[in-house]
Amino acid sequence: MAKLIELKGISKSYDSEKVIDSMDLYIRDGEFITLLGPSGCGKTTTLRIIGGFEQADEGELYFEGTEISSVPAYKRQINTVFQKYALFPHLNVYENIAFPLRLKKIKEEEVKEKVTEMLKMVALSGFENKSVSTLSGGQQQRVAIARALISHPKVLLLDEPLGALDLKLRKDMQNELKSIQQKIGITFIYVTHDQEEALSMSDTVVVMANGKIQQIGTPTDIYNEPKNAFVADFIGESNIIDGIMLEDKKVKLASHVFDCVDGGFEKNEPVDVVIRPEDVDVVEPERGMLIGTVTSVTFKGVHYEIIVDIKGFKWMIQSTDYVAPEKTIGIYIEPDAIHIMKKSEYSGKFGDYSSFSDEMDYISNADTAEEF
Amino acid sequence: MKKYAWRIYLCLIFAVLYIPILTLILFSFNETASTAKFAGFSLHWYKELFSSPETFTALRNTLILAVLSSLISTVIGTAAAEGIYKMKNKLAKSAVMSVTNIPMMNPEIVTGFSMMLLFVAVAGILRMEYESIGFAAMLIAHVTFCLPYVILSVLPRINELGDSLSEAALDLGCTPVQAFFKVKLPNIMPGVISGMAMAFTLSLDDFVISYFVGSSNFQTLPLLIYSMTKKKVTPDMYALSTLIVVAVFVLLLFSNMKKSKGETKKVGGGKK
Repeated sequence: MAKLIELKGISKSYDSEKVIDSMDLYIRDGEFITLLGPSGCGKTTTLRIIGGFEQADEGELYFEGTEISSVPAYKRQINTVFQKYALFPHLNVYENIAFPLRLKKIKEEEVKEKVTEMLKMVALSGFENKSVSTLSGGQQQRVAIARALISHPKVLLLDEPLGALDLKLRKDMQNELKSIQQKIGITFIYVTHDQEEALSMSDTVVVMANGKIQQIGTPTDIYNEPKNAFVADFIGESNIIDGIMLEDKKVKLASHVFDCVDGGFEKNEPVDVVIRPEDVDVVEPERGMLIGTVTSVTFKGVHYEIIVDIKGFKWMIQSTDYVAPEKTIGIYIEPDAIHIMKKSEYSGKFGDYSSFSDEMDYISNADTAEEF
Repeated sequence: MKKYAWRIYLCLIFAVLYIPILTLILFSFNETASTAKFAGFSLHWYKELFSSPETFTALRNTLILAVLSSLISTVIGTAAAEGIYKMKNKLAKSAVMSVTNIPMMNPEIVTGFSMMLLFVAVAGILRMEYESIGFAAMLIAHVTFCLPYVILSVLPRINELGDSLSEAALDLGCTPVQAFFKVKLPNIMPGVISGMAMAFTLSLDDFVISYFVGSSNFQTLPLLIYSMTKKKVTPDMYALSTLIVVAVFVLLLFSNMKKSKGETKKVGGGKK
């Protein structure tokens, strides 16, 4: 797949606060790429720069090999589905979708044919003459998608388009968006802070924080091989423990030497070790690699979330079996469940569940909580 | 009991407000010139009113002036409101807003007087008789004092609308000009219309500023009425005032109907 869009050294500041810091990224033709990160990480600003609503302070933006920084939004073959839909309230559903065609002075029969086809694609046939303000959130969303796609853009930008919908509808729309993207085969650039949404829809995920790209990869790469503590913590739940790489495939953490599958570190290099809660098995204390005390147990539906204190560090374990609080348990970890990361600026900031268990104490002591 | 008290109170307020106007309307249909006794119904004074060419010209002048000044101030005011909205510098923005508000806060007599001075000076520089720029002076004066009202009526609409719709229009291929006319303007129309209606009525009944700026060859109705009261008020002025009241009433009815229609549409839409 060819590079369709390329960002080179893009920076942007608002009132001397750096929102995007020298960002390099390329986007291939026909891929579903997601910019994922917490609010304020610069993902929406990146999208607005690509869409032409903001100018980057520095850097270059290429579209099919041409620099387009100074090309205004209306001349770019890029359309957007806005967070709050931005449908035109003075026009009905039909005229909203027909809007881009009307600008091009296309003949009425052709407009009608195309709008009907679009309405069919987003499952809104028969809604032509409805006022957009009478539609539900999900329906407005579909009108916005149809309107953005009718003039066949090469790229569709989606700015948290499902943020205002309820959970059930959001899941349906995720599937629908993915199938629309596969059907028409154009590039989708999707912005979200919802990691689950990013993992389930995207071909490529770009994790951002503080205006910088933390990691680019497929959803499985991002989940299984996070590059630093931020990514490991932001995507799913993670225990991130300080460790020392004794040699290739041998890591020491919590004074126990574990076999692992990673290598390529210096001898005795300090590292961050990621262990996902679902990869930790609860066993009898005498069979465990490490021994700890259960401090809290929460039922989550599919599993129990167990917080275990191991030598002062609180681990999260997800298990389908119930374990009583205060009980001493052993844990067992397979070598391939251990992921080693280089130390980064995010080391030590994430991956400890002590604050999590405090919160649990606070909730369980509801009587004392009244006083706060 | 309390309910009745409220109603009586309300009726009293309306009575105080409208009895003078009703008296005026009643006596405009009087057969004689008496202001004390109603001698019988007649359209005598209306006939007299329309047979006076002076009144007719003044009415025509007033209407031309009101229509032109409301149109011009609506166009300039809407453009100004959009410009003020787009200003990024907050300090400059509040400065411009203050400048906009000054003509509204300023006593009319001061505005009128200062404008007269300006126009006399301009006429002097152009070596023209003041009379020959009379209409232009009047039009400029009326546009000036109508402008802040239009801006204040349009700006909140633009603020409320925000950037998202314009951005969507640009995104879908509109040039910035197209985006304004195809998307923004239709959505701020209620504000534009009410601004224009306000400008129209303000221009229609302005006396103080017109008194200073106006010249003998361009008289408006308020000026004419005033000049007549210097002599003896004849009941044909009652007739004229009655017509003005009716015109304002119709205009108000029309704009309120439009407003309430717009509101029910909004409520029926059930957005948010």
